[in-house]
Amino acid sequence: MTAEETPGVQDTAPETGGPAPAPSEPARSDSIDREGRPLVEMRNIRVAFGGVHAVDDVSIDLYPGEVVGLVGGNGAGKSTLMKALSGAHPPDSGEILVNGQPAVIHNPRQAKRYNIETIYQTLALADNQDAPANMFLGRELKTRFGNLDDAAMEAATREVVARLNPNFTNFKTPVQSLSGGQRQAVAIARAVHFNAKILIMDEPTAALGPAETAQVRDLIKQLEKEGIGIFLISHDIHDVFDLSHRIAVMYHGKIVGVVKKDDVTPDDVLGMIIMGKSLEEVSAEERAKLH
Amino acid sequence: MSETPATPATQGAPRPAGGSGGTLNDFRRRGGALYRATEIDGRLLGLMIALAVAWIGFDIASRIWGQGGDSIFGGSFLTPRNLFNLSVQTASVAVMATGMVLIIVSRNIDLSVGSMLGFLAMVMGIFQKEVLPEFVGFDNQFTWLLTLAVGLGMGALIGTFQGALVAYIGIPAFIVTLGGMLVWRGGAFLLASGRTIAPLDENFSRVGGGTEGSLGRLGMDLGIGSDTLSWLIGIGVVLVLIGLVILARRRRQAFDFPTRPIWAELLILVGGSALVLAAVATVNAYSWPVRVAARYAEANGITVPEGGLILSTGIAYPVLIMVGVTAVMTWLARRRQFGRYVFAIGGNPEAAELSGINVRRTVMLTFTLIGVLVAISAAITSGRLDAATNALGQWNELFVIAAAVIGGTSFAGGIGTVPGAILGALFMQTLQSGMVLIGFDTAQQNIVVGIVLVVAVGVDTAYRRRTAS
Repeated sequence: MTAEETPGVQDTAPETGGPAPAPSEPARSDSIDREGRPLVEMRNIRVAFGGVHAVDDVSIDLYPGEVVGLVGGNGAGKSTLMKALSGAHPPDSGEILVNGQPAVIHNPRQAKRYNIETIYQTLALADNQDAPANMFLGRELKTRFGNLDDAAMEAATREVVARLNPNFTNFKTPVQSLSGGQRQAVAIARAVHFNAKILIMDEPTAALGPAETAQVRDLIKQLEKEGIGIFLISHDIHDVFDLSHRIAVMYHGKIVGVVKKDDVTPDDVLGMIIMGKSLEEVSAEERAKLH
Repeated sequence: MSETPATPATQGAPRPAGGSGGTLNDFRRRGGALYRATEIDGRLLGLMIALAVAWIGFDIASRIWGQGGDSIFGGSFLTPRNLFNLSVQTASVAVMATGMVLIIVSRNIDLSVGSMLGFLAMVMGIFQKEVLPEFVGFDNQFTWLLTLAVGLGMGALIGTFQGALVAYIGIPAFIVTLGGMLVWRGGAFLLASGRTIAPLDENFSRVGGGTEGSLGRLGMDLGIGSDTLSWLIGIGVVLVLIGLVILARRRRQAFDFPTRPIWAELLILVGGSALVLAAVATVNAYSWPVRVAARYAEANGITVPEGGLILSTGIAYPVLIMVGVTAVMTWLARRRQFGRYVFAIGGNPEAAELSGINVRRTVMLTFTLIGVLVAISAAITSGRLDAATNALGQWNELFVIAAAVIGGTSFAGGIGTVPGAILGALFMQTLQSGMVLIGFDTAQQNIVVGIVLVVAVGVDTAYRRRTAS
């Protein structure tokens, strides 16, 4: 594999099978075109750990340029559902379609072939390695003799990271000595560089300070403009409201409701998270309480 | 980096140039700059300094408590003869230690290398003495090559099998190799029903070194003089070093990356070249035993000059093998995807898996690799002894692990270097032969080696904590 090729765009990726759905013109309000073909459809996904259904018959979709927020209490199944998509933990049953074609995703390598990239809560970096090694981990650039091309990898890393975080200069030190924001920059750079079409972000701002959080928010808005679909897992309801077009609420392994951000208030969503009921049921209960 | 000397606030004020008051600080500041500019691995440098101290210390001690000798300190340690033997004795453990680095870096362990060495030596012994002669007769010139091929293949097979148990079945490496330690030792005994296989094929035993198994003898046989080949190798290594430094520098310049200052590059090159050439000069200064030289002269019709025939022993084959293995293993660890993955797995196994790395296969291959290296060491050890015994390699697993750990390999995983392991092995062997020279018995030696191991890891841990902050 030469340095110029970008792994992931060839092979079995079925996305080239038909005309790509035209990314809708993004705007502040929800102008996502949901008439076209979804980028991702997950249908009837089930994941069980022992006898516990961590994800129980869940279906969800994602359109180009759309950010879908996944919210719910601890153990609601958000991360497990996303691990089914990223290949980290394949589902027991159910179907995943990418660009309308059934996708075979049994491990992270296969997910990357569909340009599904994940930024994990733990960032999933090899702490003893430097930023270029981490950015290219599993997809190293090589010289024509098959040796690692560290200089080329460092150059590419410098370029991508500079866009995300201009203050980043430590390209030769192990990432364990970097700050949370810098580590985050490395993790995001990895997804950006390899042409993510579908991005899963699991608590992307959990370890960050306010300035770095703002950077990540800007980045998410920039990525959605490029037509990338993003699943955003977050505990922070304000983050979710600020960034998402739709919000899916999970409760005990099931999706209790998917709402458009413009149709609801943060309190509505909080009610859904806490009671584990759809918006209509929550509203009905609230009405009942009022009476 | 915290090796910058603590700078008192007052130092910010301009000081008179050449002021005598700050000599020590000045020295430390310059030392720090030197250290940073050369980007030398501090741990390796520390180990080299410790080695130098140990060598000089043992030399002086051997003059006081031992028989003394004709070295510059009047001892018997820093003599060509002792250093030649030291290099040969180090080779076997050092070769295995380079593989142990990768095993420990990926958070595993191999306790079976000593027993595996005994088993593989026995396999090769029986193959060359009892199997092969039936087909090609005794003293075939290819016996040694075929035997080595069988040994290496067998080593790879055993290593892969143990690695598969660890990686695919999920049995902890400690258990698998603890079992292997018992199995292969017992296997070595059963294979030959407890016999010792000796003597071995003449060419095969040259792999173990000695006057016959060194470049001096080869040079004489080729008629180009006893010291020529060793010098050629030494000069070749120096040229390769220069080439590598230039290539790395060009590569960084091509991308406009910061490079080391020229003087720092030169310093490294001059220092490294001096070490290589000094080593060659040392083994070339070790001459053949008088009787061996006389016999060789007689057999080959060489007239012996007055005062006896002085021939250089030169670099021993096991040392050449060690150098080659070091180069290949360093390349694998630093320049190949495989090595990158091994270190990534050690740094964060979960991240490695999520990045799409085939963790299981990579782990299995580290065991395959050490199996091959153990086979090389088995050839060296049995060749040196000119016999395959079923006790061969006993306790070697401990020396190999100790060499890797003294060389800076961390049991927490993800950290370690191949050259460090070589220096670690050299350090262990230095302790052993040094203590023999000053008359320590085995019990005393074991106590010292044990203490040194613990102290070395303690110092390393403290160093790491200091540089991490």
